[in-house]
Order: sequence, then C-alpha cells, then structure tokens
Amino acid sequence: MAVDTPSQSVAKAAGDSVARGRSRGTGKPRGAAKRSLSTHWYAWAMVAPVILVIAVIIGYPLIRGIYLSLTDANERNVARSIGVNEIPATYEFVGLDNYTEALTGNQFLATLGWTLVWTVSCVALTFALGLALANILNRKIAGRSAYRLLLILPWAVPGFVSVFAWRFLYNQDNGLLNKLLAGGGIDAVPWLNDPTWAKFSVILVNVWLGVPFMMVALLGGLQSIPGEMYEAAEMDGANAWQRFRHITMPGLRSVSTTVILLSTIWTFNMFPVIFLLTRGGPGEATQILVTQAYKFSFEVSPRDFAQSSTWGVLILVLLMLFAAVYRRVLRKQGEVW
Amino acid sequence: MRRGIAATALVAALGVTLAACGSDSGSNDGGSKSSGELSGTVTWWDTSTVGSEDKVFKKVAEDFKKKHPKVTVKYVNVPFGEAQNKFKNAAQSGSGAPDVIRSEVAWTPEFADLGYLAPLDGTPALKNSEDFLKQAAASTQYKGKTYGVPQVIDSMGIFYNKKIFKEAGVEVPKTIAELKTASAKIKQKTGKPGLYLRGDDAYWFLSFLYGEGGDLVDAEKKTVTVDNAAGVKGFKVVKDLVDSGAAKTDATDGWNNMQTAFKDGKVAMMINGPWAVADTYAGKEFKDKTNLGIAPVPAGSAGQGAPQGGHNLAVYAGSKNLDASYAFAEYMTSVETQATVAKELSLLPTRESVYIKPDVATNEMIGFFKPVVEKAVERPWIPETGSLFAPLVTEYTKVLTGQTSPDAGAKATGDAYRKLLKDWK
Repeated sequence: MAVDTPSQSVAKAAGDSVARGRSRGTGKPRGAAKRSLSTHWYAWAMVAPVILVIAVIIGYPLIRGIYLSLTDANERNVARSIGVNEIPATYEFVGLDNYTEALTGNQFLATLGWTLVWTVSCVALTFALGLALANILNRKIAGRSAYRLLLILPWAVPGFVSVFAWRFLYNQDNGLLNKLLAGGGIDAVPWLNDPTWAKFSVILVNVWLGVPFMMVALLGGLQSIPGEMYEAAEMDGANAWQRFRHITMPGLRSVSTTVILLSTIWTFNMFPVIFLLTRGGPGEATQILVTQAYKFSFEVSPRDFAQSSTWGVLILVLLMLFAAVYRRVLRKQGEVW
Repeated sequence: MRRGIAATALVAALGVTLAACGSDSGSNDGGSKSSGELSGTVTWWDTSTVGSEDKVFKKVAEDFKKKHPKVTVKYVNVPFGEAQNKFKNAAQSGSGAPDVIRSEVAWTPEFADLGYLAPLDGTPALKNSEDFLKQAAASTQYKGKTYGVPQVIDSMGIFYNKKIFKEAGVEVPKTIAELKTASAKIKQKTGKPGLYLRGDDAYWFLSFLYGEGGDLVDAEKKTVTVDNAAGVKGFKVVKDLVDSGAAKTDATDGWNNMQTAFKDGKVAMMINGPWAVADTYAGKEFKDKTNLGIAPVPAGSAGQGAPQGGHNLAVYAGSKNLDASYAFAEYMTSVETQATVAKELSLLPTRESVYIKPDVATNEMIGFFKPVVEKAVERPWIPETGSLFAPLVTEYTKVLTGQTSPDAGAKATGDAYRKLLKDWK
C-alpha cells in the first residue's frame, strides 16, 4: 500500500506515523494492543499523569467551549452559585445557529480581515528584521555580545510592562514620542486616537516585541551553516547576494519554517498587545478575533458566552487549517517536517 | 500534529476557556452575632477616584471599627471602569466577591436581576430610609424590593478655568452655539482648545443627546430612541464640536488626559461631575480654589439636560457576614458619614437632612449641583440600563474618529439595543 515510488514512501513515513502504525498492525490489532500493554505497562503508567493533566487543563475547557458554542448560554441563564442560593442553568441547545450567525454577519468577517492583515504584516516585518539583525550579529564585530544582549531586552521585559510603557510613549498630549516630534517641529501624531495610526502603532509594538525571538532563533540557524560552504561559493565567484540567496536561505529553511509557523499562531492570538494598548479601539479599528471573543465574554453585558465560544472555536479551526495547509505546502517542496 | 496541539493549547487558553478566574482572596471569617455583637470581616469594594477620593473613603470605612470593635473592614479600591465586570466574575463563581460593593446606579438593577444582591428591606441597612432623596432611592428598587442604599448622587456640569476665560474675555457658554464661539475665541487669544470632550466614554455624550431632545430608550413605550432624528442630531452635534476644533477629544485614556489637561490649564473647559471636584482641586491651576468655575451643561436645540447618576452600596447575596455588611452599608450612608464625605470631597449626599448641615450648606460645589441634580434626566432603572453603554461607546468613538457617519452610528447603536431588549420597537 505504501510502496508506490520511493519518494512517496519517504514522505508518508515521515509525515503520518499514525497511518503507518495502523497499517502495520492490521493483522492482529487486539493482540498488538495487549502486547504493547504487557511489555510497556511501565511506560504507560509513567505517561498516565501527564495525559490526565492535559485532559483536565486542555481537554475539558476545549470540549466545554465547543459545547457552549452550540447553546445560547449567556450571563443570565448559566448556573450560578451565590452563597447559599444555587441557580440552575437554563440555557438551551441551539445547534449551529451561532456559527451561521457569525459566518453570515459582517462582524466576524471584518474582524477576520484585519486579523489577517495584522498577522501577515507583523510576521513579515518581524521575520525580515530578525533576519537582518541575525545576519549582522553573526559577523565578528566589536561589542557583539553587548548588542545581542540589548536586542534581547524586549523579550526579557514582561510583555505587559513594555506594552504599558509604549502606551505612555504613544500618549497624544503627554507622550514622549510626540514631545520628540514637537522638538523637530512636527505636529502631534494621534498614535492611538486615529484608526489608521492605531493600526500602525499596534503593529509597531508587536514587531518590537517579536524581533528578539526571531533574531535568536535565526542566529542559531545561521551558526549551524558550515563556513566552508561560503568559502567554496566565494571561490566560485558568488557575490554577497548570491551567497545569501543560495546558501543562507536554504540553510535556514528548517529553522525559519518553524519560527514562521509559531510566530503566525502567536501573532494571530496576540491578546495583550491589542488589549492593553487600545482595547480594540478606537471604535473597533484594531479589534482582532481573540480580543473580540474576550469582549463578548467579559465586557459586553449580558456576557455572551455562546458567541464568545463560537469565535474561539472558529479561531481554533482557522489555525488548524493554516497549520495543515502550511505543512502540506512544505511537504510538496520536499521539506521533511 | 505537534504544532496543532500547541495551537489548541493557545486557543484553549485564550479564546475558549470559560473557566472562571476565581481567586480566593477576600474570604471572610464567618461573622457571628452571639451576644448581639457584630464580628468578623467586611470586605468593601470602593470605586472612587484614586489619589483623592479614595483616601477619605478608606479612612471613613476603617473608622467603622470604632463603633464595632470586633469587625475588621477590608477596604479595596477597584477602578471604576473595571468594577462592574470584576464583581460579576467574582459573584458568579461564588469566590472572591466582596461583602459590600459600591454599585453605580445603572449596575444595581442589573446585579439584582442576576441574583447577586441581597434584598435589604427590613434589614438595618435601610435605617431612616424615608430621609433619602426620591431620585436617589429610585435606582435601588427592583421588582418591588430594595437592593441598595444610596450613597452619593450626582449629575454633570461644565467646569471652567476662570483665569483662561478672563484672558480670552469670554462668558460662560449657555448653549452649544455659544460654546463654539467661546471656544474659537479662547483658541484665538490663548492658543488653547476650548473644551475637552471624552471620546472613550459615552456617558459624556449623554448631555448632548438630551440637549437635542433625544434619549437612549423609552422604557414606558418599550421603544429604542437612540436612532431617531433627535438621536442622530446628538451625534452630529458632538461630531461638529470635534471637527470644528471647539472640542478636543481622545479615543484612549480619556479620563487621565482630560484631568491632566484641565488641571494644568491646557484646556479651558470640561464636562464633568462632582466626583471630579476633589481631583481637580489638586491640580496646579486650582491651588486657588476660586479659579474653578462651574455652570450647567450647554443647552442644545431642544433644551438642556444632564444625566442623573450616583452610587449605591449593595450587599453581595453570598456574603458570609450579612449582618455586619448591613450595618456597614447603614454606617457608610448615615447622616454623619455623608456629612464628612460632603465636606471633604464635595460629593452630594443622598439624605435630605445632610444638606442643612452647616458645612454642607455652604459648600459651593454642592450648592451648585443640588439644583442640577433635581433637574437631571433620570434613566430607566431596568436591568439592561447597565448594558446600554457598551454598544454606544463603540459607535460614539467611531463617529468622533470619522470611521462612521452620525446616521450610521446612531442606527448601529439602535440595532444593538433592539438585539439586547427583546421585543422592543
């Protein structure tokens, strides 16, 4: 079954271990399970606590979220326990109504549009800057370790602290940025008060926060490329751009695919930057999917748990789709992942 | 799918998880009333302005111990903007909620409707309740029961810097048109903007809406009125104030920006209420208290009106120390306490008998606000009143920042209200 051409078999073996295991065991599945239990019972026992913890902290909320998204649960009809009073839940199962509403209304799609713009621009800018900085720091320059330390700083400071610092910097009347601009004779910029500027400002902060991670990861990748390859290329007359294009980029591939995927998922769900800088405002100009889901669940009144869960599940589906497509594209390009 | 699991974990943590963020702080030592003496701990969530009002309230609250030596009052200041949601979180999960909360008038019927508040009829909390102003007591009623004790009452007026007005040679504006000419003159003479208008909180929009004859909803006729002609006009008025440069606004940090600008003399006027008086006096422009002038909000084309607001003290239904909580709510709203608060913070008492106390009767701010409150527009005290601001503020900010037109903004708000208020027109 899995032996059509050699190349395909490699791809399958690397990519889909589940299918492989099952096909091998088609003969006596029950016997295999029994044998596995009797020989590896110790391993199973060791894994059990982890599985239990994961089931409790990930599985339960996830299943509960999916369930709530199929109901009309809100603040007024969920179970509440107030002292001695226990108020039972009265919400009802409504099927896929919440999903139809979210996907046919324009609020979800409009928010998704900006979320995509935000994710793509943040990831692209962070990657480009991280790559440039990693290349600069990969050379022997004076004070290299001091530079590295400084560039990692945004990463070392807790996220919410730096976001608050940025919020002060951005303040239109009393912020440092506008005071500096005023010194140069430039009018005050409405960093967080104008919809377009606010979009720019949140992206800027997220790039600032994300560059250190990119830089460190790519620097690691750069250092694993053997120097002989550059020497050989130079001997063959390759210029700096050609060396970058044909040695550095392919050499970084395994690192960069991973960091781009991670960075995309993180940015897509980058709650603190949006929430602490603008709370999704002005109006709803910078609201991304997660902050809007939070708003449904914690800020509007009555709190709409059902809609919030619906958006949460949709976010999950979108990210899983993205991961699947991304993996498929990479596999087509011959990447083993 | 290792990354898939990572994604699942992230999303589950951020988007899907509805597990309450319960904390077990603020737990009570169950109070007992054996031998008739109150004991235990009372946790009070105050929402007053930090840096000015909170100091006075903390001291007054902790003085409760003088009357009831065995009761410890735990004073917690929760920022006003967060208190509504924070209390709902804690109250719903049943852990970490305070015994007594300073509940804004619009929140009280909502909390009561959700079952979070203890009815106070027949408890010591409502001692001498016939003394309370009728307007103040109205918001404490829900379905025939009383769920709060009125603590302060307020409305809004226009605060102005007399020095800047003199410099520019302008009079206090009585109408929107006069406000615009005064602002233009101030800008021309001093280079400062005339009015600061909060763009991130729709409460500051209400007086303009009322001025055009509009209102959010008509509870008697069960009709949404925010998107009728008067409502649209209200949106147009504020938009015009900002566009013409008569008013300056912000979409974030409005409260801090407003107070800083006004206190430092960078703006000539702001619309605000008694809750801002103590903080404003702390500013460098108002070391000489007489520099602060106050006048009714400017009238619109259909009249003049400011919202009536205020705060109640409500007792959490799940409190483990109800008796001490009732006594504390009574103490905090008693004649003596209200007189102290009025004297120190210029906040308006809710008891008729406090206004005739010498310190209170001569207070300029209270003297000004008392008639304003009497004429103020009362909102319908339905559970949804507390829900009306979230949709309004989004559209209000969108209109002010030019993301939507006044017509579309009013319509979107109306649609959101109709979704919220089932079967309303």
